[in-house]
Amino acid sequence: MSTITTPRQDADGDGEAITQRRRSRQHLLSRGALYVAAIVLAVWVLLPIYLISVVAFSTNDAVYEYPRQLIPSGVSAETVTFFINATGVQAAFWRSVLVAVTSLILSTLIGAPAGYAIARFAFRGRDAFRILVLSTRAFPIVILSIPLAVTFINWGIYDSIFSVALMHTALALPFTILITSSIFVSVPRDLEEAAQTLGCTPLMAFVRVVLPLALPGLAAAAIFTFVLSWNEVFAAVILTVRERTLPALVLSSLNASPAPFRFAAGFTMLVPSLIIIFIIRRYLLGLWGRVSR
Amino acid sequence: MRSTTGGRSSCPLPSAPFPLSSVICRLTAELTLKAHKLGWAPYLLLLPSLAFLAIFFAAPMIQAFGLAFQNGDGEWSTVSIRTMLDDAAFWRSLRTTLLLIVLVIPIQFTLAMTMALVVNAKLKGSGLWLYIFAIPLGISELSAGIIWFAIFTERGWLNSFLEGLGIVDRPIIFLNYQEPLLILLAIVLAEAWRATSIIMIILVAGLQSIPKDYLEAADMLGATTWQKIWRVILPLLRPSIQVALILRTILAFQVFATVIALAGRGLTTLSAESYRWYGDLQNSNVAAAYASLILLLSVISTLFFLWLVPANQDRV
Repeated sequence: MSTITTPRQDADGDGEAITQRRRSRQHLLSRGALYVAAIVLAVWVLLPIYLISVVAFSTNDAVYEYPRQLIPSGVSAETVTFFINATGVQAAFWRSVLVAVTSLILSTLIGAPAGYAIARFAFRGRDAFRILVLSTRAFPIVILSIPLAVTFINWGIYDSIFSVALMHTALALPFTILITSSIFVSVPRDLEEAAQTLGCTPLMAFVRVVLPLALPGLAAAAIFTFVLSWNEVFAAVILTVRERTLPALVLSSLNASPAPFRFAAGFTMLVPSLIIIFIIRRYLLGLWGRVSR
Repeated sequence: MRSTTGGRSSCPLPSAPFPLSSVICRLTAELTLKAHKLGWAPYLLLLPSLAFLAIFFAAPMIQAFGLAFQNGDGEWSTVSIRTMLDDAAFWRSLRTTLLLIVLVIPIQFTLAMTMALVVNAKLKGSGLWLYIFAIPLGISELSAGIIWFAIFTERGWLNSFLEGLGIVDRPIIFLNYQEPLLILLAIVLAEAWRATSIIMIILVAGLQSIPKDYLEAADMLGATTWQKIWRVILPLLRPSIQVALILRTILAFQVFATVIALAGRGLTTLSAESYRWYGDLQNSNVAAAYASLILLLSVISTLFFLWLVPANQDRV
């Protein structure tokens, strides 16, 4: 440390200028290193996606070609079409959509009120509830689909879209509660109080003032639940037999299916998630950053 | 005062043509106001969540242990536990699961930390970098498994590259049942690729909450980039690191589809065994025994990380 303070004690700018120059060169160097790191990491993330896209957009015969060409000689929808028209795929696709939408609606309807309560009210048991919700993260919730399967058989809703949706709602609920609570916290309380002073009841103040402001965040949270459900496979494959969701169908037929089917499946399941992540890209940091606090 | 003048203006519907909706509107308004005054409101709002978590989280958890200590006829017995422990695949699956966690988490943290520093450095187009690094967030385990299968399969991308570069003249069989270590390596890469983004996002959010003054102070004292990372950033990131470690380990205990897609039956994990006992062997008791073990290990690992990386910053 003494070496740094000495030049400054010279009083005139000479020593200062040297450290300044050294610092700016170091700065440039680390800037360059950062750009290199950024590009390498971006290639690491994007290359596998490109590779599966090349395979998925080749003809059925070209899927077996070896060695593979990084720049494909031709683009064909044959492989993807083959997958989409395979038995059960379209039905499974729509089931997946239905399960994801049901989970999204259920988790928002059940979780958002709790999030609002944590954000707005000071009440006995609030911290206890927060800790309860946080502690659910210490448990692999998907694994609970094994005992739940036994329960669902007793209830007579086993092997149905609804049972999978319930499981996915349980999976998403802790996140929904935490995310919505932080979204409601970010809506200024003054506005809500002002609305109430101007004659709104608490409910109307919520509907007319808080909800419009919280809507984008809530939508992003709901969309994230959609991705969670769309991608989930363990619970889906445990809780269904004939009513498979798309990932469950692909997984259970993986070892018996030809290569074009596999690769097209991997690609097809990827596309909706990629689009959704693109749509909510502005909220990613908010969603997960908030949850981690 | 408020109920007479405010009650009408807060209802969006004109009262004359829709008397019924007006009544309902006023009724709910009165009710919520009453609940609000009595302090019930927060509890009413929590009720659905609490009920749902009780039915779909607490109850199945207890039931998992219950099932594990029962035989197929529903009588109390340790036969399911013993079946699990005596199965040849049990120790293999436990070893693979733990090995996977030990191998993949350091790789993921190094990658995620680098990504987070890149994003936080505000390079040109920092939003773009964040988006690219976050893409795998939306990719499912199964898709990731299939993508990396396309890379590692015998006539796949990796062999094509190696042959193109003249490193090998005949394709190597990476996903060979005789070489479990190679399969494990493939799974580690696939997992590192897929599940690093979540850590990155948590770390970026943590980085952004570090006050600028701290880093400027370090600059003034002439700290190098490395010193800044080790002495300032990492200690201040401790809460985020703790959360990320816990989340990642819990998720790693569930690794399932990646393993099935890449290894088939060549390698097995605890959750894959749970699935096998439930699906193929139709024994939900042994499957529940595996589930209980995963639950137990998850809680132990969480407590371990809470102890290892305390979130409070008193030592900074």
